[in-house]
Amino acid sequence: MSLNYDQAIEKYEPTLGLEVHVELNTKSKMFCGCATEFGAEPNTQTCPVCLGLPGALPVVNKTAIESSILIGLALNCSIAPFSRFARKNYFYPDMPKNFQTSQYDEPICINGFLDVEIETYEGNKVFRIDIERVHMEEDTGKSLHVGGSTGRIHGAEYSLLDYNRAGIPLVEIVTKIVPNTGKYAPQVARAYVAALRDILRGLKVSDVKMEQGSLRCDVNLSLAPSGSGELGTRSETKNVNSLRSVETAVSGEILRQANRLQSGEKIVQETRHFLEESGETRPGRSKEKAEDYRYFPEPDLVPVVPDNKWIEELRKTLPEKPADRRKRLQSEWSVPEKEMTAMVNAELLDTVEETVKLGADPTKARSWWLGEISRIANERDVVATELISVTAVAQIINLINQGELTDKLARQVVDGVIAGEGTPADVISKRGLKVVSDDGALMKAIEDAIAAQPDTAERVRGGNIPAAGALIGAVMKATGGQADAAKVRELLLKHLGQ
Amino acid sequence: MSAISREEVANLARLARIEMSDAELDHLSGEMQVILGAVARVQEVASADVPPTSHPIPVNNVVREDAVIPSLSPTDALSGAPASSEQRFKVPQILGEAE
Ligand SMILES: [Zn+2]
Repeated sequence: MSLNYDQAIEKYEPTLGLEVHVELNTKSKMFCGCATEFGAEPNTQTCPVCLGLPGALPVVNKTAIESSILIGLALNCSIAPFSRFARKNYFYPDMPKNFQTSQYDEPICINGFLDVEIETYEGNKVFRIDIERVHMEEDTGKSLHVGGSTGRIHGAEYSLLDYNRAGIPLVEIVTKIVPNTGKYAPQVARAYVAALRDILRGLKVSDVKMEQGSLRCDVNLSLAPSGSGELGTRSETKNVNSLRSVETAVSGEILRQANRLQSGEKIVQETRHFLEESGETRPGRSKEKAEDYRYFPEPDLVPVVPDNKWIEELRKTLPEKPADRRKRLQSEWSVPEKEMTAMVNAELLDTVEETVKLGADPTKARSWWLGEISRIANERDVVATELISVTAVAQIINLINQGELTDKLARQVVDGVIAGEGTPADVISKRGLKVVSDDGALMKAIEDAIAAQPDTAERVRGGNIPAAGALIGAVMKATGGQADAAKVRELLLKHLGQ
Repeated sequence: MSAISREEVANLARLARIEMSDAELDHLSGEMQVILGAVARVQEVASADVPPTSHPIPVNNVVREDAVIPSLSPTDALSGAPASSEQRFKVPQILGEAE
């Protein structure tokens, strides 16, 4: 009989550890001037340095160091006064040098923390995630395994290597062990990666596209009997590449390990691979033969010794923390918690903010982006901002506020702009979308409505204001939605002596 | 005094992908013992106020601006490769290990 999640959590206490790799968005690589474009033709972004040709000498990218320091500062780390690169030696063709230049015992940033908040049935809870280190390294090349049926190593006849990615600056952010998350371990892991992603995005140091691999997460997990205070043997699940997968990888490992322990088996310290399709993990290489990378200081690079002046200059450029910004905007715009979360999850917070900066009403900006525009974007499977510009949306909202457009007309303008008919002004003039603001025409429609529904009109005259809705509706219908409902209401009530 | 065992030498040879005969291992264990002995003597001389160094010249923070310079053409990049295919380096089947 196997344990379900609740039973597993009752018997065992999970301990997490998370390693996140983030590719920086520098123009050039970590140690050479090769471009870092994603998706370029194979081996078009390589040189003697990143190919490890004899005699080639690396020089560190200054922006990469600054981005790493910024990440450290944003994560409340100390910046090491002295930091060095090391060679991590291994034989595997994804690195043509036969080693990866990384940092070992002297990382650039140490001892930080990040607070993450999760929603639970018992209200919101904050968990502090302690950061062990932030270090600099370089990404590896991409292998293509040919001959095997599945594109995997097993059964492959040979492998093909593209070194465009080899040498792209990579920053690894490692947490200390994260204890006491209990049943919330999967959500805490996800919230941490999401919060980290928001911070990195705010710092503008990375594209943080999990689906393109510019943000990758390794999940370490161990279980110990509840209340034992012990630390169990951990497994490491590699390359978990979406937020949802982080959550599933953690809950899946809790279940797998709990059931192994329950049946008296031992947990093997090993690397496991996350299977995106099934959400399960399968064993990779076993760590019984402890990896021996024979790290030693990189003789071709000199130490990185950031002085206080440099660090303080960088600190001044730190943007507002994403959590603070979220709270500030929520109060400035008076947005309910649920809608704020929806906006953040839809990754439209920046877009809405830009729209508001162009003079649009925050509530309207939010409802247009999350409503109509997102709906069309979902239908077409594209990103909302690819459909229509912030400027166009702001113009449309401003026209609504000025009474030039009704919501119904505005929807047609949005459709027109998306269809490529030009700016909102172009669409309005080409399609002849204009609010009927001519009082004479409106009065005619109002009188018609009253004549058609004399009883309703009588009730309004008698003080039953809500009854006016039916008359307003009739007027709107008669004017094909091109009238401003507020204006109709005003004229109608006045006409009926209210 | 550091010591290196024959097993450790054999392990290093395995990690470095160098095949060694028993005779070579015996021989090299002795030689490495001598080298480590020399290093140990330097360690004795170095007092606590001498930090370990990885670089002979005392310079720090040598950096370059983040600017792209032209890369090799794929043809040049692949010119030294023993084998290539589809504009990629072609390597023999990779055994075991991770993906
Ligand atoms: Zn290069």
